[in-house]
Amino acid sequence: MALHFSPVLANWPALLDGVILTVELSASSIALGMLGAVGLSALRELGPRPLRWVIDSYIELIRNTPLLVQLLIVFFGLPFFGIRMGAPAAAILGMSANLAAYAAEIMRAGVVSIHRSQSEAGLSLALTQRQVLQYVILPPAIAKVWPALSGQFILLMLASSICSFISAEELSGAASLVEQQTFRSFETYICATVLYVMLAGLFKVVLVGIGKLAFPQSSGLARLQAKGDAA
Amino acid sequence: MIEHFGAQEMLYLISTVRWTLLLTLIAFAFGSVGGAVLALLRLSRHPLIRGVAYGVIELVQSVPVLMVLFLSYFGLSAAGIDLPPLPAASLALGVWAAAYLADIWRSAIEAVPYQQWEAASSLALTTPQQYVHIVLPQAIRIAIPPTIGFLVQLVKNTSIVSVVGMVELMRAGQLINNVTFEPFAVFGMVGLIYFVICFPLSYAGRKLEVVFHAGRRS
Repeated sequence: MALHFSPVLANWPALLDGVILTVELSASSIALGMLGAVGLSALRELGPRPLRWVIDSYIELIRNTPLLVQLLIVFFGLPFFGIRMGAPAAAILGMSANLAAYAAEIMRAGVVSIHRSQSEAGLSLALTQRQVLQYVILPPAIAKVWPALSGQFILLMLASSICSFISAEELSGAASLVEQQTFRSFETYICATVLYVMLAGLFKVVLVGIGKLAFPQSSGLARLQAKGDAA
Repeated sequence: MIEHFGAQEMLYLISTVRWTLLLTLIAFAFGSVGGAVLALLRLSRHPLIRGVAYGVIELVQSVPVLMVLFLSYFGLSAAGIDLPPLPAASLALGVWAAAYLADIWRSAIEAVPYQQWEAASSLALTTPQQYVHIVLPQAIRIAIPPTIGFLVQLVKNTSIVSVVGMVELMRAGQLINNVTFEPFAVFGMVGLIYFVICFPLSYAGRKLEVVFHAGRRS
């Protein structure tokens, strides 16, 4: 068997477009999904009890069904209720809804790991429930679970490859277009795979960097000591 | 002609569940073998072997399942091996699963306290004996809950194998949607069936984690 990469590489603009769309879809879904996850977590902690059941059911429902089914429901199902959108918008909506459930669950684990005395201390300083959550619990909780969240973001980026099923032509969709033009199936998918590995590496570097910037010191004690040294 | 999504279509959907389950089981079998080998190599004393195993695991984990599927499908046919869809798809999913199972099982083995290894080797057990009699029985308890959790991921990821021509639950849903054009009902039902398969697994994984954790604490 002989591999010929040149016809595939000649189509690099198409693959590059795919890479760009993959990054766009993933980044918007991560941003929207994290907003959703924070919203879900806050409502779950602060809202009335029935709301908590609704949110828990939503999280379980999302986590126990394939992303592909969720995308198909958003793209083909919602138009029957008059909600129409293009493929990229549907992909972003479906992936955000998916990520929100996973991230909310990860953040819940982080919140549980913050000792109860922290929120009691906050309440005793006359902070409201919302303020305790916002200033006392969430920042260290998110810092603690940032590696798990980053892993979930990368999984979502990789999973975005199935958006081509609903005709959002991200990297895997672009690859199948190139394949149809060149008839070099194996070579095309090798190139696409290499690009995905590079994207995963890029995401990892960026996410670790964001973690370092946003959560500079992991322990409160280290922060106190740093302040002591400065003073 | 447009059909309605009725009892007959429902029965067809349910009848294709067996392909989803079969695919999951075969892929899990392939993945277990590969995952066990990779986990042991990852814990090898030789840095080179360890490094290669680490590289393979990281590489597969940085690639979408869909690409693993395409690569093995087209790779096999480029190499002149023509497999029917079921073995081809389960082999590909197995390769993908092996990378994740290797990580789960390696961390389970590493979670066994180091003193257990030392005690075993001070009793003059060989490395294989240390694994079989001392470490693995403890590691398996730790590994079972996350392994069941991963099984849920595997079931869900079988939904994309329609690209290589398998008609399992997801593909059956798409076929029915093509004739009924009731996507919300059809895909909603498909999702519900996946949920019925996956939720008991997730639930069992969580319960077992509590049970086993209690055992370690006492």
